[in-house]
Amino acid sequence: MSSTLDFARDTFKINPRYRLQWEDAQQCHVLLYPEGLVKLSGTAAEILGRCQQPTRAAELIAALQREYPAADTLADDVMEFLTHARQQEWIKRTED
Amino acid sequence: MTVKPPADKVSIPERALVPLWLLAELTYACPLQCPYCSNPLELPRSRSSELTTEQWLDVMQQARKLGAVQLGFSGGEPLVRPDVELLVQEGSKMGFYCNLITSALGLTTERITAFKNAGLNHLQISFQGSDQETNARFGGSDSFVHKLAMTKEVIRQGIPLGLNFVLHRHNIHQVADFLALADSLGAEFVELANTQYYAWAMHNREQLLPSRQQLQDAEAATNKFRDTSGSRMKVFFVAPDYYDDRPKKCSNGWGTTFITVTPDGDVLPCQSARIIPGLEFPNIHTQTLRDIWLDSKLFQRFRGTAWMQEPCASCPEKHIDLGGCRCQAFMLTGDAASTDPVCSLSPLHHVVTEITDAANAQTAPLPSAQSSTPARPLLFRNTGNSRKLSAKKETSTS
Repeated sequence: MSSTLDFARDTFKINPRYRLQWEDAQQCHVLLYPEGLVKLSGTAAEILGRCQQPTRAAELIAALQREYPAADTLADDVMEFLTHARQQEWIKRTED
Repeated sequence: MTVKPPADKVSIPERALVPLWLLAELTYACPLQCPYCSNPLELPRSRSSELTTEQWLDVMQQARKLGAVQLGFSGGEPLVRPDVELLVQEGSKMGFYCNLITSALGLTTERITAFKNAGLNHLQISFQGSDQETNARFGGSDSFVHKLAMTKEVIRQGIPLGLNFVLHRHNIHQVADFLALADSLGAEFVELANTQYYAWAMHNREQLLPSRQQLQDAEAATNKFRDTSGSRMKVFFVAPDYYDDRPKKCSNGWGTTFITVTPDGDVLPCQSARIIPGLEFPNIHTQTLRDIWLDSKLFQRFRGTAWMQEPCASCPEKHIDLGGCRCQAFMLTGDAASTDPVCSLSPLHHVVTEITDAANAQTAPLPSAQSSTPARPLLFRNTGNSRKLSAKKETSTS
């Protein structure tokens, strides 16, 4: 189950039931799922965009840190978002 | 559904006012006869006024340009139209997330494959009962075995599937059985949707509204399933708002989120808005969707909070529920601009408690085939009954 996704160990990606998409009319990314959607902040979209392919938390943080070297709470912020995304089932273990 | 509603029209720029949802009611034709149908009581006598494929494609394109991203195909039974596959395919190309809401009548293995190839994102199959007998009795069609077969086939072909079980007084005791059935079939989502009292359901409300005890039992059965089954299936329980003390928002806020287009091209903020007297209903034959959404009197009539009367106008909770459902306010109070009487702050709240008191006083039906012989029979949704109702209405108003 996705709730068992372990960020220290597992690779994960966007839940195939969800679709990440840029919406011009709303000037934001949205995450679409059956009969619903969530509007994403720029940061959330940047993180989820990097989960389109299987990744690991440490790899993701490292890549973002290279892109945004001045962001000193980046690792904590990303982990906070990933924890939320795991709970919402936006992301799943690659093998699930 | 999780959609972030925009705030009041006055406080947001025009660009933020985006209709996230297009609900395409492709046809009112349906092989079922559910007595709680939300389609109008006056059904069209023929299908000749239905929008053509090209007209639907044009509506979809216009909605997409306005920012609509969720597209629901419903009806009636949308599968009576042979062009649904094409509409799904083109909708997907436009960037819509496509949902098909069906009874499964008209669905075949071949059509499921066609929907899969067309890019359908989600398919919802409705059930009228958890067993063959109940399903046939309330759907007016012996379709249970076919629904089971199609449910399995949709799952086999890998289209995300939700099952919808419409609850009322005569089947609400089947919740546990239905959840077990849905779980055994492998459904991802189940919506236990209590009947909402509009149109045919409103006409049959006395026979359909469950008692509070029935409702509590059904919720308890749902919670027990969630807590003890170990199932991964997501279960949504939608209560009938008559038993709440605060109303539900009208379509997530009138003219904020939804555009419904009827089979003949009327453009509505909600499926049942045409029951409200004194409003003009714009049609895509004569206006663009953009003009209707932004500027029509209909969509502006109850948008935001400026239209409110007391007690809503000065209520600290007015932004939470926006005064409730306008159609319900009209049906229960005669004034579409009044507070939805579900709200305990409404001076007419007693109208609702009298209805629920009556439902609570009725003896709950036994959970068996001998269950219901209501004093007044359920009126099933079909063209014959629709004509009878229209004739009665004409007689009473002439």
